[in-house]
Amino acid sequence: MEQVLSAQKINKYFYEPEKFQVLKEIDLSVDRGEFMCLVGKSGCGKSTLMYILSTMDTDYEGTLEIAGQRLTGKNQNELARFRNLHIGFVFQFHYLLPEFTVLQNVMIPALKLNRYTRQEVEDRAYQKLKILDMHEYAKKASAKLSGGQQQRVAVARALINDPDIIMGDEPTGNLDSYNTHLVFDIFSELTHTYHQTIIAVTHDEEFAAKSDHVVEMSDGKIVSKEQSVNR
Amino acid sequence: MILSLEIAKTHLLAKPRQTIVAMMGVTFGIGMFIAMVSLMTGLNDFTETLTMTSSPDIHIYNDVTQSRTNIIQELNPRGINLVYHQKPKNETPKLHNAFEMVQLIRQDSRVTGVSPMLSSEVFYNYGPVQLNGTILGVEIMEEDKLFDLRSKMKSGKIEDLLTNHSGIIMGTGLARKLNAHLGDRVVLTTPEGYTLTLKIVGTFQMGLGAIDNVRSYANMATAQTILQVSQGYITDINVKLKDLHEARYVAPEIQSSFGYKAEDWETANSTFLTGNRIRNIITYSVSVTLLVVAGFGIYNIMNMTIYNKMKDIAILKATGFSGGDVRQIFMIQSLAIGLLGSLVGLLIGYGLSVLISRAPFNGGDIISLDHFPVNFNPKFYFIGIIFGVTTTAIAGYMPSRKASRIDPIEILRG
Repeated sequence: MEQVLSAQKINKYFYEPEKFQVLKEIDLSVDRGEFMCLVGKSGCGKSTLMYILSTMDTDYEGTLEIAGQRLTGKNQNELARFRNLHIGFVFQFHYLLPEFTVLQNVMIPALKLNRYTRQEVEDRAYQKLKILDMHEYAKKASAKLSGGQQQRVAVARALINDPDIIMGDEPTGNLDSYNTHLVFDIFSELTHTYHQTIIAVTHDEEFAAKSDHVVEMSDGKIVSKEQSVNR
Repeated sequence: MILSLEIAKTHLLAKPRQTIVAMMGVTFGIGMFIAMVSLMTGLNDFTETLTMTSSPDIHIYNDVTQSRTNIIQELNPRGINLVYHQKPKNETPKLHNAFEMVQLIRQDSRVTGVSPMLSSEVFYNYGPVQLNGTILGVEIMEEDKLFDLRSKMKSGKIEDLLTNHSGIIMGTGLARKLNAHLGDRVVLTTPEGYTLTLKIVGTFQMGLGAIDNVRSYANMATAQTILQVSQGYITDINVKLKDLHEARYVAPEIQSSFGYKAEDWETANSTFLTGNRIRNIITYSVSVTLLVVAGFGIYNIMNMTIYNKMKDIAILKATGFSGGDVRQIFMIQSLAIGLLGSLVGLLIGYGLSVLISRAPFNGGDIISLDHFPVNFNPKFYFIGIIFGVTTTAIAGYMPSRKASRIDPIEILRG
């Protein structure tokens, strides 16, 4: 199985209010097409780890490699370009830009990438919205949608540049059970139908149980890596 | 870049009221700048033209009040000489060899016109009215070359003076005070007590009370007759230069080569020109203050916008926008505010200038003005827009830089 992400000997310290080691010698690898969940009690460092894996946090020790590229030591602008192409994000809150329509929100990362013409970007955005069954809302202002709908649009936005990995920080944390199921179904469809790699931080055990691979963390260490049976 | 532009545009249009308020600060600043600078420079130009009409580029005369070394000092230069109550030397203000001087100055390539003349204080008597003033004996055609007298004639023609040896051309203010009109005869009395009756063959108006209310022109020969002096008697030489800004260099040359006082127009009108400088200082300091205030307004609004858009900035950065892209988005917004605000400001400034230029204003006896002089020089509109855009660029830069440095993790972790 091809490795899409590999992190070695990640150490991370917080310096405020006093020096404290959050992550201790973390080794982690994720295969292409895998749906992995990071679980653990709050404060165990799972979100911190995910932000390091997402390349947004650069203040760590160890090495990080995604899609065959070593990312440790690159500068912020290179990392921004890398994220644009290789990583899609879904957060606890949708973080859609309220002044823009649904379609524009999905299009913005692709316009930033500037690889396709505007028309192609628009077609692709429609495609992604269709996967999430949101294409009927394309021309609506993003602020007018319900929470679950907004989160689905956020997923479409994460998909627009066909990223190697989608990273989710509590992607269902702010949703009711109906929408949680919906988002989970979307995620598992993405992995199984489109072989999309997904890493999600969650404390929703039900959500985690359905994923391929659960990594449990405690006190800054990985305590168990379970390969799930439904794989 | 196009994407940043689009995002910036959407942000601006999403909050039209805030955008307009920010723009109005710049608009007001630029509008006031244009209106003020137009009026002030209009006034400056007007006074400068007035001084140009009233004083020659270089005025050569015999300065009899100049202090002289006493005769004992000349004989005994090393001693300690004290002379009390020394009176000025008793001499006439005559320029010796004036016509030779005129010929020599005419040969200078920087000079376009030289007009010799003699001037004297006189009393004008017309019926019961007695007024003191001056009379200038001139070669009227030369004088016309220097001061464009022809265009300032209110009645009569300057050629009439050439054909009429007992004629004078009188300032309108003086004529009005004497209640004398074209064709009337007035009696002139010189300080020495001679009198002569002269006929008014024309009236002129320079626009400056200090001249129009006291001055008359006569033929040189006529003036020499009134003053009972010989034909070579000249008291002043006026010089016109190709470039009037060279006056301050040419004047000392003339003074040192002929030994008579040569005064350039800037020295002669230093009070007027100081006024110009002060007006310029006021205009620019008030305008800069207005723009700085507008700049603070923009700074505030941009700061607030960025504070409200923290989440948007974080997600843009997460999805691949670099710090520079984010800075660009907000810089475009402040520059758009600055540019639009300045353009509207220019329009308002132009409108105000037009209104001011039509406002009636009575200059009274001192200067003949019926409305404000306003300068519509495009240069100021250019300066205005540069001013406006620069201020907003500076005011927008600091918040934009702050936005570019936002750490997305802190915001996204919630």
